Amino acid sequence: MPMPYYVSPEQMMQDKAEYAKKGIAKGRSIIAMEYANGILMAAENPSASLHKISEIYDNIAFAGAGKYSEFENLRKAGIRHADLKGFMYSREDVTARSLANGYSQSLGTIFSQEIKPLEVEILVVQIGHNGHSNEMYRISFDGSIIDEKQFAVIGGKSEAVQAALKEKMPEQLPDLKTALTICMGALEQTGNQKLSLEALEVAVLDRTRDSRKFRRYTPSETKQLLS
Amino acid sequence: MKLPFLPNHDDASFFDFLTAQHPELTPGGHRWDERLPGLAEPSRAGGAVTVPQATTVLAIKYQQGVIIAGDRRATEGFQIAERRIEKVFKIDDYSAMAIAGAAGPCVEMAKLFQTELEHYEKLEGVQLSCEGKANKLGQMVKANLPMVFQGLVVMPLYVGYDLKRTEGRIFKYDLAGGRYEESDYHAIGSGGKDARNTMREHFRRGVAEPDALKLALLALYNAADDDVGTGGPDLVRGIYPTAKIVNATGITDVSEEQIRNIYDGLIETRRSKER
Repeated sequence: MPMPYYVSPEQMMQDKAEYAKKGIAKGRSIIAMEYANGILMAAENPSASLHKISEIYDNIAFAGAGKYSEFENLRKAGIRHADLKGFMYSREDVTARSLANGYSQSLGTIFSQEIKPLEVEILVVQIGHNGHSNEMYRISFDGSIIDEKQFAVIGGKSEAVQAALKEKMPEQLPDLKTALTICMGALEQTGNQKLSLEALEVAVLDRTRDSRKFRRYTPSETKQLLS
Repeated sequence: MKLPFLPNHDDASFFDFLTAQHPELTPGGHRWDERLPGLAEPSRAGGAVTVPQATTVLAIKYQQGVIIAGDRRATEGFQIAERRIEKVFKIDDYSAMAIAGAAGPCVEMAKLFQTELEHYEKLEGVQLSCEGKANKLGQMVKANLPMVFQGLVVMPLYVGYDLKRTEGRIFKYDLAGGRYEESDYHAIGSGGKDARNTMREHFRRGVAEPDALKLALLALYNAADDDVGTGGPDLVRGIYPTAKIVNATGITDVSEEQIRNIYDGLIETRRSKER
């Protein structure tokens, strides 16, 4: 009987992490940024129908970078988790923290137990109301979870975008137009090309809206917003 | 790909997801027959259980859409169980449903249907068609059939604005989940027949919104007049029937003030006849 090759656990984890990172870096970046009335999310996305950003629940939105089929699966599971909780208890009992924990557990387990890790990085954001602050969680392929403030970036050259945003971020929370301009600037700077509005996916969680706070902006609405 | 710690399911229906993974949360999913063997026999169960029911809810089409309205009374036998119950529910931006039957399961089904449509919209990225929503509700009514034999009837009346056909639509159901579209108006509940009689006399196609609203409230008034299970306007407590309007701009509640004004006029006319 042939002996299986010995691979040290460190080596195995490192290989998996490298594989996942490579997959995630291939795509483009997605930014979530707090603004005066909520949270703005912007992503470079050539497709108008295959979304990277979407609604999970009343105050909660999701963004995924990496392999579409994999983060789409996570998005759907998140919606099921949220709708089930909201149905079983009440709408206000659905929180981003519990959802982010579920994602973290799930991604962590898959990373350590499956041969192929998920090539995804996801964002779960929730706007606070009645004086509560916003929450933004970034969750990596290995299940590590990071609580972000002001802005969060996933996918593509995320570190470069983060650095570009850090320079431009104003002290006070910007209004929506300023926030979007900053996001677009950072994406253009790191991508070294002009962004067309058709290839930009924009959505917000807007605190001033009733019940469901998520709203998608079409290219023409984005244009109007920026003018 | 199975996701540990998160719910795994394959299709976009919340109702199917619940039925498969949390059957205890679905309206027809209580496995009462195992725990309480006596309830399994319909003959013994039917008489023993009294649950709040009896109602009049109705829907009328008008020029731009549909009006849906309902009374506020819930009864338990000869007792009034609740004077302010709400029987007309907003389901999503373009549809509403009204319910007759056992109060608890009715409210539960409305909530489940709301979640169902929102769930589908979020997963698929588009809303279900008006017809699709009506069919889904029929399946949920059908799934409740075992509970009907236990005496827990849920009977919805569904209205929606069909954005493709640009018209309001009314759907009624039977206990087996059969779905039938009504072309002009319909009313269900213990006072449904009385309300339908009133509407038959006064309805004409393409009626304007204020007239349709007036007719809806008149029909409810007449139903309350003849049916003990239906509550009329309660002038002492200030409780009035509720109504919603569904049209191309979405769904709006008719304000209580507007309803009160219409009833004030209506009651004045009735009073003058008695002099």
